[in-house]
Amino acid sequence: MNQLQNDCVTLREALIASPDLAGRFILDAEQCIPLTELAGGSALYSRGEELTGRSVLLATRYQLTTAAALIELDGIARRIVICPPDMPLGHFPHIIETAAIDAIVSDRNPVQLGRARPMYFSPCARKIAPGNHNGKASHQTEWVLLTSGTTGVPKLVVHTLASLSGAIARGRTSEKPVVWSTFYDIRRYGGLQIFLRAILTGTSLILSESEESTTDFLSRAGSNGVTHISGTPSQWRRALMSSSAHLIQPDYARLSGEAADQAVLSSLHNVYPKARIVHAFASTEAGVAFEVGDCEAGFPLAVLSDTPGVEMKIEEGTLRVRSNRTANRYLGDHAPRIKDADGFVDTGDLIEVRGDRCCFMGRRDGIINVGGLKVYPEEVEAVINRHPEVQMSLVRARKSPVTGSLVVADIVLKQPSSTDGPDPRSVRDDVMLLCREALSAYKVPAAINVVPTLAIGQSGKVMRQNA
Amino acid sequence: MDIRSQIIDQFNQVAREQQRSIPPLTDDLQLLESGLDSLCFAIVIARLEDTLGVDPFAAEDVLFPITFGEFVSCYESVAK
Repeated sequence: MNQLQNDCVTLREALIASPDLAGRFILDAEQCIPLTELAGGSALYSRGEELTGRSVLLATRYQLTTAAALIELDGIARRIVICPPDMPLGHFPHIIETAAIDAIVSDRNPVQLGRARPMYFSPCARKIAPGNHNGKASHQTEWVLLTSGTTGVPKLVVHTLASLSGAIARGRTSEKPVVWSTFYDIRRYGGLQIFLRAILTGTSLILSESEESTTDFLSRAGSNGVTHISGTPSQWRRALMSSSAHLIQPDYARLSGEAADQAVLSSLHNVYPKARIVHAFASTEAGVAFEVGDCEAGFPLAVLSDTPGVEMKIEEGTLRVRSNRTANRYLGDHAPRIKDADGFVDTGDLIEVRGDRCCFMGRRDGIINVGGLKVYPEEVEAVINRHPEVQMSLVRARKSPVTGSLVVADIVLKQPSSTDGPDPRSVRDDVMLLCREALSAYKVPAAINVVPTLAIGQSGKVMRQNA
Repeated sequence: MDIRSQIIDQFNQVAREQQRSIPPLTDDLQLLESGLDSLCFAIVIARLEDTLGVDPFAAEDVLFPITFGEFVSCYESVAK
C-alpha cells in the first residue's frame, strides 16, 4: 500500500481524488454534511483564497467548522494553528505572537484578543456554500497543534500534512463502507488522526460533542452505522460503564493517548468479541509510532525493531522514536528542541522490558496523564506553594481504574501541627480551594496529604517517584 | 457506618466539590445518568479506597458496574 504523502498534496485534492464519495458524510449532533459538498464547497463564504499565504489561527466552537476550514485552507494558508476547545483566552496573545498569526478563522463573533496587530478575521459557517473551489495549492501548509506546557502555557508543535498522515494507508481496505468515529475532539492529535483517516480515505466520520452524554453519542454513532471508533482508555472505560456500549457494534475499536491496561482491553474484547481491538502508541511530538493488536497490555519487544517506517530504541529508560511522522519543531524563539542530534524524539515514557514484552512504567518527567489530559506536577505545585502556610509540596500520580491516573499532593507545613500553628485540616481545605480556583478540574488534587517531610534529591529538588 | 452509607457520603461529597447536582442514589440509578463524570468517579473510588481499604476495580478482570446498586455490591462483596 502506498503511503499518502507520495500521492496527494492537499486535503482537498485527496478528497476530490477519492473514488466514490456518494453517501459519505461528516456528522455532528446537529448536522450532516456530505463529503461531496466539502470537496467542492466553502465554509468561509467563498473567501478562503483571501487567506492565501497567511498564518491562520483556527479557533472554532464546533469541530465541524474546524473540519470544513481545514479542508479549505490546507495548501492555501502558510500555517494553520488549530486551537483546542478549552484554550483559555489568556493564552491567545502568546499563541498569536509566537505563530505570527495574521488571520483568525472562527465560527464565533470576533473577539478582542488584546493585540495591536491588524488582524484579518474570516467568519466560518456551519453551512457549506456550493461552488467549485478547486483552489490551486500554493503553499505546503504548516499544521500547528497545541499541547500543554510545564507552566500551563501551551507549546506550539509544528507538523505537515505528510507527517500527520504518515501512518495512514491509502485506499479502502474493505468492501463494507467504513464509518469512523472518535470520542476525541479532532482539534487534538488523537482526534485529528481520525479526521485525517476519514478525509484521506474518503470515508464517513461521526464527530463527538462535548455537551452530549456518552449514551446519546453512542446511540447516534450506532444509528449512523459506525464501524471504526477510537478513544482513550478512559473514554472507553466510561463507555463500558454504560449499557449503551451495546448501542454500537464496531468492527474495529482503537485506544490511544494513554497506556491501555489489561482491564480495559479485556473488557472491550468481552463487550465487542468480534471487533479488532487495537491500542496505538502516539503523541503530538512523536507522531504515531506503532499499534498492537494482541489485546495484551504493553507491546512485544519485536515492535521496536520490526515497525516499517519507524525506528525505535530505549535509551536511559525511555522510548525514543525517529520517523517521518514526528513533529518538525516547536515554534518560538527559545523553544526546546523536539529531536536530538540524530533525529530521535524522546517520548519521556519509561519502558521496562520483561521477557519479550515491553511495559509502560509512567513518565520520567512526572507528567500525570488523567484520562488522556496531561498534568505537569510543577504547575499544580506552584499553585499550592502560594499558600502562606505551605513550606513545600509534591504533586504525584495515583493509579485510578477510571482515568488511569489521578493527581494527589503531599504538602509540608511551615509550622508543624504540634505547635500553635494552624489546623492542618483547615490548611488542606484552603489549599484545595486555591487549586479549584486556579486550575482545571482534572488538575486539582483528588487528595491532599499533610506530611512531616519530603525527600530532597542531590539536585536540591524534591525527589519525584515515577508514577 | 455501613458500606452503603459511606459510598453515598462520598458521592454527595464529590458532587458538592465538583458543583454537580445528583439525583437520589437508588439501586437502579445508572451511574452515567448520575450527573458525575469520569473524574468524579475516579475521585470517589480513590477516597473509598482510603476509607474502606479496598478498590474492587483494581483487578484486571472486573467489569465496571452500570448501576449504583451494582457499584455498592462490588464493595460489599470484596469487604466480606
